[in-house]
Amino acid sequence: MSDPVEQDALDRRVLDLANVSKSFGGVRALKGVDFTVRAGEIHCLAGENGSGKSTLIKLVSGVHAPDPGGRILMNGTAYERLTPPQARREGIQVIFQDLALFPNLSVAENIAFDHVLDGYASPVPLRRMRRTARAILDRLGFGIDLDAEVGRLSIAQRQIVAICRGLAADARLLFMDEPTASLTGREVDALLGLVERLRRDGLSIVFVSHRLDEVLGIADRVTVLRDGACVGVYPTQGMSGRRLAELMTGLTIEPGIVARAVPDDPVLRVAGLTRRGEYEDIAFMLRKGEVFGIVGPLGAGRTELALTLFGMNRPHAGTIEIAGRLVRFSDNRAAIAAGIAYLPEDRLTQGLNLPQPVGDNIVLSILDRLKRAFGFIPPKARRGIPAAWVERLKIKVPSLDHPVQTLSGGNQQRVVLAKWLATAPRVLILDSPTVGVDIGNKKGIYELIREIARDGVAVILITDEASEAFSTCDRVARMDGGRMIEQVVPGEISEEEFAGRVYAR
Amino acid sequence: MRGEAGHMATGMLAPVGRWRPGTEVSLALLVLALAAVFGISVPTFLSAANFVDLVESYSVTGILALGVFVVLLAGGIDISFAAIASVAQYVAATLAVTSGWPPLAVIGAGLATGVALSLVNAFLIERMAIPSIIATIATMTAYFSTLMAWTGGRAIYTLPDWWTRRIVFWRHETDGGDIVRIGLPIVLLLVIFAATHLLIGYTRAGRQLRAVGGNAEAARRIGVRIGRVQMIAYGYLGLCAALAGLLQSYRVGQAVPNAMVGSELNVVAAAVLGGASLTGGRGSAAGVMLGILLLAMLQNGLTLLSVPSFHFQTVIGAVLLLALVVISRNERRVLRGTGR
Repeated sequence: MSDPVEQDALDRRVLDLANVSKSFGGVRALKGVDFTVRAGEIHCLAGENGSGKSTLIKLVSGVHAPDPGGRILMNGTAYERLTPPQARREGIQVIFQDLALFPNLSVAENIAFDHVLDGYASPVPLRRMRRTARAILDRLGFGIDLDAEVGRLSIAQRQIVAICRGLAADARLLFMDEPTASLTGREVDALLGLVERLRRDGLSIVFVSHRLDEVLGIADRVTVLRDGACVGVYPTQGMSGRRLAELMTGLTIEPGIVARAVPDDPVLRVAGLTRRGEYEDIAFMLRKGEVFGIVGPLGAGRTELALTLFGMNRPHAGTIEIAGRLVRFSDNRAAIAAGIAYLPEDRLTQGLNLPQPVGDNIVLSILDRLKRAFGFIPPKARRGIPAAWVERLKIKVPSLDHPVQTLSGGNQQRVVLAKWLATAPRVLILDSPTVGVDIGNKKGIYELIREIARDGVAVILITDEASEAFSTCDRVARMDGGRMIEQVVPGEISEEEFAGRVYAR
Repeated sequence: MRGEAGHMATGMLAPVGRWRPGTEVSLALLVLALAAVFGISVPTFLSAANFVDLVESYSVTGILALGVFVVLLAGGIDISFAAIASVAQYVAATLAVTSGWPPLAVIGAGLATGVALSLVNAFLIERMAIPSIIATIATMTAYFSTLMAWTGGRAIYTLPDWWTRRIVFWRHETDGGDIVRIGLPIVLLLVIFAATHLLIGYTRAGRQLRAVGGNAEAARRIGVRIGRVQMIAYGYLGLCAALAGLLQSYRVGQAVPNAMVGSELNVVAAAVLGGASLTGGRGSAAGVMLGILLLAMLQNGLTLLSVPSFHFQTVIGAVLLLALVVISRNERRVLRGTGR
């Protein structure tokens, strides 16, 4: 940065957007945004859901046309709007969050798909496709079988295939949309290492991520969007995660430890719990009204442990005690009957029936309790109970008859919570409840968790963010490689120190 | 792993992409087992004459199934092909009988009719964004009822000689005195099989078809023109349907408006039995051929065993169920293997 020659090179702009706007049917998704990417830089695009990040990517990759009045300068050429082929010709490649791969085609076919895009009747240049794919995999040093079907690869491998495809198309500017969302800690490290290497090869990379620590660790500069407008462009040097979160939300985020000592009234006691290949010798205790955090990277065995507590898969060894009585769940109905509720990580696919009304979703978990003679459910109960929960959890919904899918993400989360709280659980297990939720909404969820605990429910909060656990839990356990390594009380050790242990891989 | 050499060496039976001992091998084993069972129970089953017979009797179904398979591969489905085949057949027959058109013009007009009607499907599905099953159920009804209204259900019995004259490519008299004839139906079936195999395995259009079937959104983003790919798939099915229609009237010597309607589910079943996934992107032409062979052998074998004809459908239904269970178990295993 200090060398003037290098400074000049860095200033060379690959992409320069000035005053770019985009409206969808009267809604302005982007409002006069400026955005520049320099040659060979890693640039982070930060912002909450709905801040305009995806719209920006779609303008640059040619999916949408911007409103008139803005300017797109790409490698020195000015465009009114870009078409997808133009964007590709200018070296822009987007690696979408869903990777956009073909699960039924081979690795080579996915990487070199460009070779079959033109000339329908021409033969497939199999040999050339394999050569292209091999060259790129070799360059990056990955030994993935060229003939393997992509649907059979792990998520991390698929990510690499997606990146290779971008490079095969001669990318000079690579957009990566939430590339780390479904990777384990080690895989994230490998990916970040790869991004760093690509940059040294002269590529510019724009990183879109929710995970602020990653962003700050790897990017040179960060552009923050909020409500479709550009808040500013900042060097990452000297930027803290907290400051970045404040810029993204416009809220002041108050750190704070909420941990408190609760009366020693154990609800759940686990000892020696083992499920081979998933977790081993887990022991912990949970008190009434306590929030217990389990922190660890994806793949640490936390979700598997939760599934066992919820009766979904049986342990090979060990005991589970609820309110002093030994239990052995044959299935999750038994677990629910014993007072355990579980909110899965993927709330959209596993927790809710999206097209169904809010009210029916809430009573779904207690139909057995509501039903009278001949399985008939009195309409009053079907409405009264959900109405009470909507009120109590402050769910914003026009009426109980609105389909859940019309609600915002944060409110959907509340509906799932209501559904499980209606079962009057002793233990509520929340698996990564804030994944994909905006920072603003996250705050609401943390408050809700505390409130539920104050009502006497014991809560297990599974998360991969140390800061989340520290600002919500009374005690926090750290899991890694299937073992529970330690249990700490927030405040007795600092969040930084604990986070250091979690992220030290 | 296998290189191109390995791929080519497996020859015509190689599914698209790389060779995997999947559905095709299980099916081939099943076909062999069935042949053994029937062969032991009914000695005539294994004769060359009978084999040629049973393949010929399923040639029309086979050509339709190969066409449907291409549409399935691209992630669509079609129910209207039998109606299209009937319309194409009747249009051609009318032109030949009433207008006295020459053979090539009649065949050309028949094929063009099939392609055109099928492209209407593609248009409805792609441009009007109607789900393919809904669109083709609607056009099936529209095409077929229009045909019935137009013809009043009357068949054309007086097809010209050139149309119904037997075309035999190879003829052989066995020691037992049986005459084995490889005629037009089998040859056409093999030609369509080869064409389908080449189309999906070795052309760029075929790769794009498979890409659209595998992940349509991804295909669109990478620059595949989905509309054109759909037109290729449905156009090909239309061509196959028309050809099947003409061939059917060649075999029975007349054009009957409602002769082919009602066979739709058997045809789709044959394609699915051959490993084509209803969710798109999977399967091979060889698998479809084996599926056809299996159904043909079942029907033929049961006939020779004098099983009453209404038991056919029961047995065929049971075999289909069994095959689907096996296929879906395989797919689940794949999905589990790549879990998050």
